Amino acid sequence: MSALQIIFDALSLGSLYALGALGIALIFGVMRLVNFAHGDVIAFCVFALLWPSVDAIAIVFAGNLPWFLLIPFVLAMGAGLSVLCELVVFRRFRNTNPATMMIASFALGFVIRYFLLMLFSSRPKSIALLPELSQPVTVLGARMPLLQLITILVTVGVLLGLTIFLRRTRFGLEMRAAAENFTMARMLGVRANRVIMVAFALSGALAGAIALILGSQTGTANIVMGANVMLMAFIATVIGGMGSLAGAVLAGFLLGATATLLQALLPPEARAFRDAFVYGAVILVLIFRPQGILSAGGMKERV
Amino acid sequence: MSLLKVSDIGVRYSRLTAVRNVSFTLEEGEVLFITGPNGAGKSSLLRAIAGVTPPAGGRIDFAGRDITGLVPETIARLGLSMVPEGRDVFASLTIEENLMVGTGMHSGGNGWRARAAAELETVYATFPILKERRHSQAGLLSGGQQQMLVIGRALMTHPRLIAIDEPSLGLAPNITDQVYERLIALQQERRLTLLIVEQSSTRAMLVGGRMMLMRGGEIVLDGDARAPGKSEAIEAAYFGYGEQV
Repeated sequence: MSALQIIFDALSLGSLYALGALGIALIFGVMRLVNFAHGDVIAFCVFALLWPSVDAIAIVFAGNLPWFLLIPFVLAMGAGLSVLCELVVFRRFRNTNPATMMIASFALGFVIRYFLLMLFSSRPKSIALLPELSQPVTVLGARMPLLQLITILVTVGVLLGLTIFLRRTRFGLEMRAAAENFTMARMLGVRANRVIMVAFALSGALAGAIALILGSQTGTANIVMGANVMLMAFIATVIGGMGSLAGAVLAGFLLGATATLLQALLPPEARAFRDAFVYGAVILVLIFRPQGILSAGGMKERV
Repeated sequence: MSLLKVSDIGVRYSRLTAVRNVSFTLEEGEVLFITGPNGAGKSSLLRAIAGVTPPAGGRIDFAGRDITGLVPETIARLGLSMVPEGRDVFASLTIEENLMVGTGMHSGGNGWRARAAAELETVYATFPILKERRHSQAGLLSGGQQQMLVIGRALMTHPRLIAIDEPSLGLAPNITDQVYERLIALQQERRLTLLIVEQSSTRAMLVGGRMMLMRGGEIVLDGDARAPGKSEAIEAAYFGYGEQV
């Protein structure tokens, strides 16, 4: 494998983790909730393309839509479910402590997962999602599936778009203020419910983007397909510094790079234990920088 | 009609009562100091008025409207701006961004951006140091500059009443003087109504205006801060001795 190929692998895996971490950090920023249901929202987005059935073969519902309808559909599904979670569940936990909210999110994740289980069974189904993306392309001499290139480009696009939204718009400003000091932002007239709802919608749409990438990449729909990304994304938000969006993205890419490099460089007999090495590295980072790589400025003063 | 009318307000934190049966009114354009020792319930009273800690009982009217139990953003939108203790600047935002946060509430009408820009210039004219450092992070400002920033930030929301909790906290006396000088000048220019919480009554006597003294969650004294014989009465009330104050 060429060095260039390793770099592209690292970037595309890192993109996935960064998108996931961003989805978690956005919500953590405004309401100090670690949303463990995020992974199940990802799975839901993929299953939203299928008719309910327990057969091994997926009965496609919206999955055959042309891409320009399919993509908004999946993003809207993610955003919709995420906002629904906020309205039905998280809103009632608004002023409880973070541990309670976290447990509520675990429970909600299981509810979504078992809902999917009931409708689709636990058997993974093969789906052909955006098959045109699996054709190979050559970039700078490295061969890769088109999907990998698109994953990287989409992530860069999402990051740029989000940065512009947060830096240049009034709503983005209100969100950043709310993330740093929610009560103070409210005392300046910032509407709490609206800010939180937008954070959930953005986070859900990001889950939809991950669902599209994972679904096309693996060609399967599996009710636990979001779990691994969710775990990595959560780790990325922790080592990035809880509440720091830039930190979450950076750590997501670092995790992706670490995993890819270990995969390429470890002796073959140790590769099966790659994740153990990754988590070992995470522990090392946390020992030397427990506040995360980029800790959010407002966190220190919270008691 | 009074701008602010607090009737029989109580504030409780689980089993602890911080404020009990407090009533007072505040007229438009008035300056009211609330002073008293630590734990007298001054901040709790302010937080109840701003909607941060909903009162356990009683009623609060602002500008002719019952605001009891309303959420902080609604109360802020009605023109009651709270500047909490410890200043609470958004440390990672720039100074200009800090000032702009509260302007969103008036974005409904046309020309919001132009009006916000005009307002920004007015605040910068009052506090030139903020203009000088408009693009630096608010967390890097000194305590006195931060206090000016949060006052400016409150002004950006076009308030009728500004409630300030301990503006002198952690500031050197000469800096506190500067803060008060601007605050009172602003109050006179704009006919603002001010509700200022301070631990020491010295500042109130220096600035003048009306002063209320709280102790044990109750108002024990209310009157002109500069009235003759006041300091003895305050001392008595502050430390809780003397028969009647």
